[in-house]
Amino acid sequence: MFDNRELEEIRERREEWEADTLEPSLERGERKDRFATVSNHEVDRLYTPDDIADLDFEEDLGFPGEPPYTRGPYPTMHRGRTWTMRQFAGFGTAEETNERFHYLIDEGQTGLSTAFDMPSLMGIDSDHPMSDGEVGKEGVAVDTLADMEVLFDGIDIGEVSTSFTINPSAPVIYAMYIALADQQGVPREEIRGTLQNDMLKEFIAQKEWVIPPEPALEVVTDTIEFAVEETPKFHPVSISGYHIREAGSTAAQEAAFTLADGFAYVEDCLDRDLDVDDFAPLLSFFFNSHNSIFEEVAKFRATRRLYAHVMEDWYGAEADESKRLKFHTQTAGQSLTAQQPLNNIVRVTIQALAGVLGGTQSLHTNSFDEALALPSEKAVRVALRTQQIIAEESGAVDIVDPMGGSFAIETLTNEMENEIMDYLEEIREMGDGSIRDGVLTGIERGYFHREIHEASYEYQERVERGEEVVVGVNEYTIEEDTSPEILQIDETTRDRQLERLERVKDERDDEAVDATLEALSDAIENGENVMPYVVDAVKAYATMGEIMAVFEEHHGSYQEEVAPV
Amino acid sequence: MSTETKQQSIRCQVAKVGLDGHDRGAHVIARAFRDAGFEVIYSGLHKSPDEIIQAAVQEDVDVLGISILSGAHDTLVPKIMDGLEEYDAADDTLVLVGGVIPEEDRPDLKDEGVAAIFGPGTSIEETIEFVRENAPER
Repeated sequence: MFDNRELEEIRERREEWEADTLEPSLERGERKDRFATVSNHEVDRLYTPDDIADLDFEEDLGFPGEPPYTRGPYPTMHRGRTWTMRQFAGFGTAEETNERFHYLIDEGQTGLSTAFDMPSLMGIDSDHPMSDGEVGKEGVAVDTLADMEVLFDGIDIGEVSTSFTINPSAPVIYAMYIALADQQGVPREEIRGTLQNDMLKEFIAQKEWVIPPEPALEVVTDTIEFAVEETPKFHPVSISGYHIREAGSTAAQEAAFTLADGFAYVEDCLDRDLDVDDFAPLLSFFFNSHNSIFEEVAKFRATRRLYAHVMEDWYGAEADESKRLKFHTQTAGQSLTAQQPLNNIVRVTIQALAGVLGGTQSLHTNSFDEALALPSEKAVRVALRTQQIIAEESGAVDIVDPMGGSFAIETLTNEMENEIMDYLEEIREMGDGSIRDGVLTGIERGYFHREIHEASYEYQERVERGEEVVVGVNEYTIEEDTSPEILQIDETTRDRQLERLERVKDERDDEAVDATLEALSDAIENGENVMPYVVDAVKAYATMGEIMAVFEEHHGSYQEEVAPV
Repeated sequence: MSTETKQQSIRCQVAKVGLDGHDRGAHVIARAFRDAGFEVIYSGLHKSPDEIIQAAVQEDVDVLGISILSGAHDTLVPKIMDGLEEYDAADDTLVLVGGVIPEEDRPDLKDEGVAAIFGPGTSIEETIEFVRENAPER
């Protein structure tokens, strides 16, 4: 980007500056011996054009809305429209969550985002012994199609787009949504939304699972294949780094392991002879945004650029849409402190701003009381207002890729891309040339766990030594009462949920249920795509637990290898 | 018994109870306990109260650290305490709870016999000190 003679002059001037201007200042010392991001990536004091001398404007940056999308997936970015403010909601039974959905729709929200309770996430019913104490706690309980009918009562699913944060049992929820569309007379090709459905990251970080990794991957690929055919406006998988970061990874690990998972799905689809340009546009991503603002912006830009290049070079994508990485961002829950909870509003603002400057398509801001309990209504409102203030008042959204061209940001973006690529090569090597096999091998060998635990332990040690300052925790502490008002889940939730489950079981045609479960079993046996059979089973009011049990019978249940401490 | 031998003989079980998969804290604490010289057993994810009690009794642990962030602590922790009581292990097991436990739920857990609750932001050193000072004599 720079003329060689100019660069040479800058280098010479820098040497002079270091000797004459910097040196005397350094005698007084700097605040620390070493400056690093929250991921422990060391940053330099100063960046100059010399650091980005090799940058090729067209190849590496280009223009927003064109590959490699470093500067944004869309030409006008947030000037055209701001990101979707998609706050996540769900609690108690379907009735309570439905009421919240109506409230949000009346407030003008067009996208719903559903949180499920732990039993639903793990694919077991509310009456399972392991569900004790968990029904309706962290999200809504869904056992059968009857719950989904109540959840979306009075909501036209041809109008709203719905995001479902669910994984091992995602095919069941997806099938229920399709069944609802059929009931409401909405053509399947019209339904819009996103299913998280990223099983590979579950084995790497979030740890909700039913069947082992390999068959779980096959089921994800079934949903992608089914979506291409039947629900082309619905994203069947949201490849998620959020939880990898929350488990303690660095920014580069988050991006690398997430991309590896994404490429594993791509390779699995290609193995089924699907056309990359048919399914790649349906893939979407979900990232974390942490405190080190420049590192985060660099992460988002590097990830977009690398994805575009790899989709083209490794997987033969031709359509621009197949190389365009779109993502949702959530601020780092793990960074929130229970001490002085109001400080979290500031952390969330910085993290949200990093997501916006990095070009996110949708954003969830965490509530300031989340290190203490589920968010209260007041805290949720402040979280949403944070996004609105960034969007309406800060001016951060008026320039496309405003950080682009910064010597520091471009250097960090390059370094991030290199670090991510090194991980991808390592994973590909573990799989003898296949990222998919590398991810499966890495899970089996505990590679991802080790890498993440190492990073998280190192971080904790830096905090303990005071090298990482956490305001209100290891510095600037005060004695105070930190208990804000908190949300309480109605104690009758479980009873009401069990009542409905029992009623559904009484009223349904058990023979029809058995027939659909048997058909599903045969389909698994024959290696057919399972989705049509799961749709039939939910329509017969088979429960989530009954359906997931069929998968377990065939594939066994996954148990994590517990490494000795 | 010298402090050093006492420390070496402290047996700790780090346990996750229920369906909650957030195990970052459990792993960090398990490793820190090991580095502090304790004997550590991590009993793994998605365990029922009964499985945790069985492991604690069979391994004859001095300290049981329960990590939970799902909000199900008010149901699951008392079950573990009752089970320890049943096996006559409640008195010689120091039970700690780590995770997101709202202030108002804490007195009930203490009444159940939980010795200490460590919320987010607790320093590792503080937890280790607590174990050293309070682990039952063998």
